[in-house]
Amino acid sequence: MRKYITVIGLEVHAELKTNSKAFCSCSTEFGGDPNTHVCPVCLGMPGALPVLNKQVVEFAIRAGLAVNCDIKKFNKFDRKNYFYPDLSKNYQISQFDKPICEEGHIDILVDGEEKRIGITRIHMEEDAGKLVHSGATISTSDSSAVDYNRAGVPLIEIVSEPDMRSSEEARAYLEQLKAILEYTDVCDCKMQEGSLRCDANISLMPEGATEFGTRAEIKNLNSFRALVRAIEYEIARQAEILEDGGHIVQETRTWDDVNGVTLSMRSKEEAHDYRYFPEPDLVPVEIDDAWIERVQSELPELPAARQARLIADFALPKEQAALIVSTKAMAQYFDEAVSATKDAKGLANWLLGDVSAYLNNEDITISEFKVTPANLGELVDLIKEGVLSSKLAKQVFGEMVKENHSPKALVKELGLEQVSDAGAIEAIVDEVLAENPQSIIDFKAGKDRALGFLVGQIMKKSKGKANPNMVNDMLKAKMQ
Amino acid sequence: MKVTEKDVRYIAGLSRLVIPENEMEKFTEQFNQILNYADILQKIDTTGIEPTAHVIPLSNVLREDVVENSVSNEEALKNAPAVHNGGFKVPRVIE
Repeated sequence: MRKYITVIGLEVHAELKTNSKAFCSCSTEFGGDPNTHVCPVCLGMPGALPVLNKQVVEFAIRAGLAVNCDIKKFNKFDRKNYFYPDLSKNYQISQFDKPICEEGHIDILVDGEEKRIGITRIHMEEDAGKLVHSGATISTSDSSAVDYNRAGVPLIEIVSEPDMRSSEEARAYLEQLKAILEYTDVCDCKMQEGSLRCDANISLMPEGATEFGTRAEIKNLNSFRALVRAIEYEIARQAEILEDGGHIVQETRTWDDVNGVTLSMRSKEEAHDYRYFPEPDLVPVEIDDAWIERVQSELPELPAARQARLIADFALPKEQAALIVSTKAMAQYFDEAVSATKDAKGLANWLLGDVSAYLNNEDITISEFKVTPANLGELVDLIKEGVLSSKLAKQVFGEMVKENHSPKALVKELGLEQVSDAGAIEAIVDEVLAENPQSIIDFKAGKDRALGFLVGQIMKKSKGKANPNMVNDMLKAKMQ
Repeated sequence: MKVTEKDVRYIAGLSRLVIPENEMEKFTEQFNQILNYADILQKIDTTGIEPTAHVIPLSNVLREDVVENSVSNEEALKNAPAVHNGGFKVPRVIE
């Protein structure tokens, strides 16, 4: 089989965190009974006129600057015409040939390698309403009920260059982009609620080829897992067609998460003739330098800068720093906890190890985590100071997650203080050596396993409380 | 003739309009008349002139991000031909 290079570009739709809709004053709040956040403008009543929400422009500039884009001073809106009941006007207000942002980039980290992914453009547009189908699926439904609460909610669409070459790179790009949108507070990035959505353009080209292959656009990617699985599926599907001498059809496909396949979306013949033209109901938006400079000066610390700071201040490995800054909540937690401990590296290990495992297990986010940053910092210090062995620390942690007690208090309460008293340890060491003469002979014969066995026996006798470093040193000294 | 009957049928389809067969010729002719008129404008030298985005010389008509009252669900659905669970009931959306 020939080798193929995968070429991936992503289109990400992010709902902006405004209070009111893009072109009218209805609430953008998620949920709510059907058609209760609607008015003549977002219902497309004849004669109703849109007025642009200033905050939409502000957020689009902020997002654009955060991904290193040029902000275009002259902006206009266009009508994208199509007949589908998710928008009652029969057109979507969008930006066609003059997007607000162009030519940006973000840097991603995959397998320790940094890579720059280009961003072609970001444009402003309105979201569509939601269709609830009468049957189990769209194809088995006789009718649908339309809810226009979401119609007119402001979106930015962020279009990447076709710079990604694997599902890992696509995932890393989406994670980094999501983190930036969270840090800048322009989007709440809840993929399960649809406030962050992703479409992927995927094509294959034989190794050594200079032109990209024909692409398929995959929609309905509502999680990172779906993105990765859909890309892997598409790579296999397209490679098989090409191997058989076939051609890839340029089309839109939808991801079926249950069956793990992409399916061709049956499109009507006349689809995709959007006949864009300038929106006559909205006047142009001109953005001056002062506006751009103000937004630039108000940008918060971004994930890349925060990652660099963690590496510089605490000597954390790049991968660890990248994981910690990947969500705003985790980065904030680390910042608070690190001021409560002397061992930043130990803290990073705990956060990405036991804490992350616990959060995954419980299926909660760090915002719902009961242990306060200060208490986690204290626990890490207790290990560093030799008060707790790592094994006992896990036991204490197991108690802390139930109720946010101070680890110091728990150590006392549970009688877990590590024994670092040389006399007490020596007594146990002597006892164990006396019981296991064969292990001493084995050790002297160069069998390292014997040492491990003896340490194990001593830890068992001390109920895990003996300081393991002291036990090791003492054992070796005694068996010389 | 720049516009053919085929084009008129296509555009009518996109616009969800039904043009009676006996009027097809008339529509095709009128389409062409409009385009011929536009041809006069095409002859003007527009080198160095930015395309017009809007005919009114106005920009930055913006509102503050403040939520105001929406209409009630009953009011919203008042003119709907069919209603289901608080939504506008529409026929099957794919063929």
